[in-house]
Amino acid sequence: MENIFEVQDLSYQVGETKILKHINLEVEKGNYLTVVGPSGSGKSTLMRILASMISATGGKVLFDGKSIDSYEPIEYRQRVSYAFQQPTLFGKTVRDNLSFPFEVRKKDFDEMKVINYLEMVNLNETYIDKSVNDVSGGEKQRIALLRNLIFPPEVLITDEVTAGLDAENKAIVHRMLNEFNDRGLTILRVTHDETEIEDSRAKIRIGNGEIEND
Amino acid sequence: MTNLTVSNSTLALGFVLVLVALVIGYIEKLHIDKDIIIGVIRAIIQLSIVGYILKFVIKANDNWLTLACFIIIVINASWNAGKRGNGIPKAFQSSLLAIFVGTTITLTTLVLTGSIKFVPEQIVPVTGMIASNIMVAIGLCYRNMKQTFTDRHQQVLEKLALGADIKLASLDILRDSIKSGMQPTIDSIKTLGLVSLPGMMSGLIFAGVDPVKAIKYQIMVTFMLLASTSIGSIISCYLGYKQFFNDRKQLKNDLIS
Repeated sequence: MENIFEVQDLSYQVGETKILKHINLEVEKGNYLTVVGPSGSGKSTLMRILASMISATGGKVLFDGKSIDSYEPIEYRQRVSYAFQQPTLFGKTVRDNLSFPFEVRKKDFDEMKVINYLEMVNLNETYIDKSVNDVSGGEKQRIALLRNLIFPPEVLITDEVTAGLDAENKAIVHRMLNEFNDRGLTILRVTHDETEIEDSRAKIRIGNGEIEND
Repeated sequence: MTNLTVSNSTLALGFVLVLVALVIGYIEKLHIDKDIIIGVIRAIIQLSIVGYILKFVIKANDNWLTLACFIIIVINASWNAGKRGNGIPKAFQSSLLAIFVGTTITLTTLVLTGSIKFVPEQIVPVTGMIASNIMVAIGLCYRNMKQTFTDRHQQVLEKLALGADIKLASLDILRDSIKSGMQPTIDSIKTLGLVSLPGMMSGLIFAGVDPVKAIKYQIMVTFMLLASTSIGSIISCYLGYKQFFNDRKQLKNDLIS
């Protein structure tokens, strides 16, 4: 299988503090890679670099064989989407959030498509016009993930998106992500969740800014 | 015109009013006596110099000299607006463009419509009024922009992560900032004549002009300030928000604190 990411001698430092040190990593297309390690080990920083939210201070990242710096950032982030641990919902209603990916791509809002996606995460169509203040934490995370997936990217990076969710919400998120992975989506998942780590299909461990061998 | 009776001696007596402020500051232990004294001295010196310069410029009645005054006022206002940029890069340059364009469009419209004439006694004070209002508006825009980028940086990051362009990711902030620059002008318009008799109108009435004629000038000033603060706020905000991102369209962390 072809590599979607090749990380070569990647470093990241802020002032004198080295957060990532000479990381080398290859991620195959369609992989579901779990990234583990203690808090502050540099996992999220690595993921943010891969999502082009920040730039490395040394080394390089190849995406689909080309340096990520050679891609137009907006186009790149539509192909490599990043989901946050504690997402904020935009605007006033759920519609404002699910119409955002359409707005980004200058496309008309497709309500049927949105309803299908909502059903995929066990939310019915009445949610479209719900106020963002009236959705629970778990529903909020599911809606936020739909923003990432409504136009499926090639890679989804999730940064502890199930942290703080109850078992039912976690199961819904897992089922959705597995479905997308089965359809070819490459997923990089940062997690501290023991069950997720045990169930992971592939895993790397980061400690003190370096990749550790298990 | 004969009603204007202020003289050096009456001004000296009027200094009693400064003492009132000083006494209040002293009693309430506000520690602002030094600021008051420096402020008053600066005001006297600055206004005296400007008074003599204006007297010279008006007497000379030279177009180039009038234009030079316009440029000096615009640069000075931009410098001050830039200082209110709170570390936003290129704040002076953005302010200069915003104040220059805002002042030029407004002044040109006023001259072309015949509301004012291209003579120094009208161009110089009106330039000062326009430029200082845009300067204040830009200061408010920058302050609001920096604060809202700090408060809503998570939302901006999430929008960027979803593939939004920097403009779409900051659109709410951009709109709020433009509004914050224009809001004081809009608010003051609402109370015109009810609460305040603004400077232009008061000055003309002081000088003995018929109040009905004076309000026409004030209405003109209202239109002019509305236009100029809108133009200045829009230009400065559209140039300003881009400074929060680097060339890889990533949010700069050092600007949000």
